[in-house]
Amino acid sequence: MQYKSQAVAKPYFIAAIALFVGQILFGLIMGLQYIIGDFLFPLIPFNVARMVHTNLLIVWLLFGFMGAAYYLIPEESERELHSPKLAMLMFWVFLVAGALTVVGYLAVPYASLAKITGNDLLETMGREFLEQPLPTKVGIVIVALVFLFNISMTVLRGRKTSISLVMLAGLWGLALFFLFSFINPSNLVKDKFYWWWVVHLWVEGVWELILGAMLAFVLIKVTGVDREVIEKWLYSIIAMSLITGIIGTGHHYFWIGAPAYWQWWGSVFSALEPIPFFMMTVFAFNMVNRRRRDHPNRAAVLWALGTGVMAFLGAGVWGFLHTLSPVNYYTHGTQITAAHGHMAFYGAYAMVVMTMISYTMPLMRGRQANSNKSQVVEMWSFWLMTVSMVFITLFLTAAGVLQVWLQRIATTPLSFMETQDQIAIFYWLRLASGVVFMIGLGLYIFSFFVSGNKDDKVAEA
Amino acid sequence: MSSSFTKSTARNIFYGGSVFFFLLFLGLTFDTMNTLPKRDNSANLTESAIRGKKIWETRNCIGCHTLLGEGAYFAPELGNVYKRRGPDFIRAWMAAQPTGAPGRRQMPQFNLNEKEMNDLVEFLKYSSEINTNNWPPNIEG
Repeated sequence: MQYKSQAVAKPYFIAAIALFVGQILFGLIMGLQYIIGDFLFPLIPFNVARMVHTNLLIVWLLFGFMGAAYYLIPEESERELHSPKLAMLMFWVFLVAGALTVVGYLAVPYASLAKITGNDLLETMGREFLEQPLPTKVGIVIVALVFLFNISMTVLRGRKTSISLVMLAGLWGLALFFLFSFINPSNLVKDKFYWWWVVHLWVEGVWELILGAMLAFVLIKVTGVDREVIEKWLYSIIAMSLITGIIGTGHHYFWIGAPAYWQWWGSVFSALEPIPFFMMTVFAFNMVNRRRRDHPNRAAVLWALGTGVMAFLGAGVWGFLHTLSPVNYYTHGTQITAAHGHMAFYGAYAMVVMTMISYTMPLMRGRQANSNKSQVVEMWSFWLMTVSMVFITLFLTAAGVLQVWLQRIATTPLSFMETQDQIAIFYWLRLASGVVFMIGLGLYIFSFFVSGNKDDKVAEA
Repeated sequence: MSSSFTKSTARNIFYGGSVFFFLLFLGLTFDTMNTLPKRDNSANLTESAIRGKKIWETRNCIGCHTLLGEGAYFAPELGNVYKRRGPDFIRAWMAAQPTGAPGRRQMPQFNLNEKEMNDLVEFLKYSSEINTNNWPPNIEG
């Protein structure tokens, strides 16, 4: 760690991991509710558990992105962060706002929460992933603006590298497109159309810039490959991300009332969306193969390679699987979508945050890398989480294929609930994989507390 | 990558490509907004249906159900429920929740009054008449 203020990243990463645990816990609750329908009813109905599950995911990834920016931007800019105090203040604001929102979801019926928090003033609630009450949404905007001010000032007054500019562009884009969460036309088609400007243009647009910048930063550090080479890759990857991803939004416009020509635009461009993810895999492996040094933090290298592979599989391959409109006609709104969502979010975004944490956390704790023993535990957690996520995806895919067949293709189609009963076995298997994932996550947290033998301590930073 | 393909080439493709395709996206959006009135059933978007949409949102229906295929996959598609079940069934169903059947998925009781119930049904009727390019493939959703 070269600059003292980079240390503000630490609480951000700790909060991210804590919320990650909460996310998985609620995931397990839902996994069980899929099979034992009345589990925890009416205490935690499914819709509440899902809201907590998905919102915690978003919030912990945002914590991860912000922590990553606070670490990466000063180092790239070669100066201290503009205001570490402001960064710490926003940390607490965001954490308290996030916690209050989750408490609100769990403690109060959603309709009452909407009433209390002023949804009548501006109706933004009750749309998937954007369920947050108005004060929370406003809070997110404020935190984002203060955060962007802080890192933008740092970049402006320091060295401007391609990595920091791409990171900055991604984060500004994130804040900008979030503003569409305040737009909720009563016309359902328009509502859905602009809802995707937040959701799609985040995860298949500007978030890929953030992902690319974080990955490039870690790869420069752990491989020692020339910056020019890495930044050329970065620009090539994100160019393909936006060239394919912006019009690729059209793959969400097939069946929501938008004109039929979106089936062409959406199918063609989103079919190309795997390209940037494939490039990311090639990029990660290429850089590691051409490394000029063997970094002692082998766990971080593993996470970086894993991100490339899993992002390509989850976002690229599983996305392509159901993105062509003739296929999507049958798979839209089934467990196929759930399968894709799980592996894509884990492989692209959860893993890149863990890559960053893995690389920076030892440095912030005063060593170049963790002890061998600690790294072995961390690598076990990598494999447990990653392999179990592969299985979650495979079981959900199997459930989805059967669901499509029984409910939409068979000569005598079954109803939704009859179909669900038929595919319950896959929900059991998914739940078992989820339990393994939780064990992997537990091991991941444990790895931070493994100090290892004194004699195998890796070189102090 | 070859040496003639430099970092600044890549950067220019990024900026140029992003701007070009974003403008194209805006153009398509503009055209979509102009075409929508023919497809989006907005002629039947009554005051009642608008109130119904708010009820749909403030009960977080999307947390279990899909609507035109978007939402959660825990409970049936409701974009075409008006056609599948009809208004009377929807009212009776909502009134009977939760079933309390052991081990079965449970839907909360939302205690809607008659007016709210009518608004919600009106919203589901409006939704079912949007031109979705013949999706879903059959009435089961």
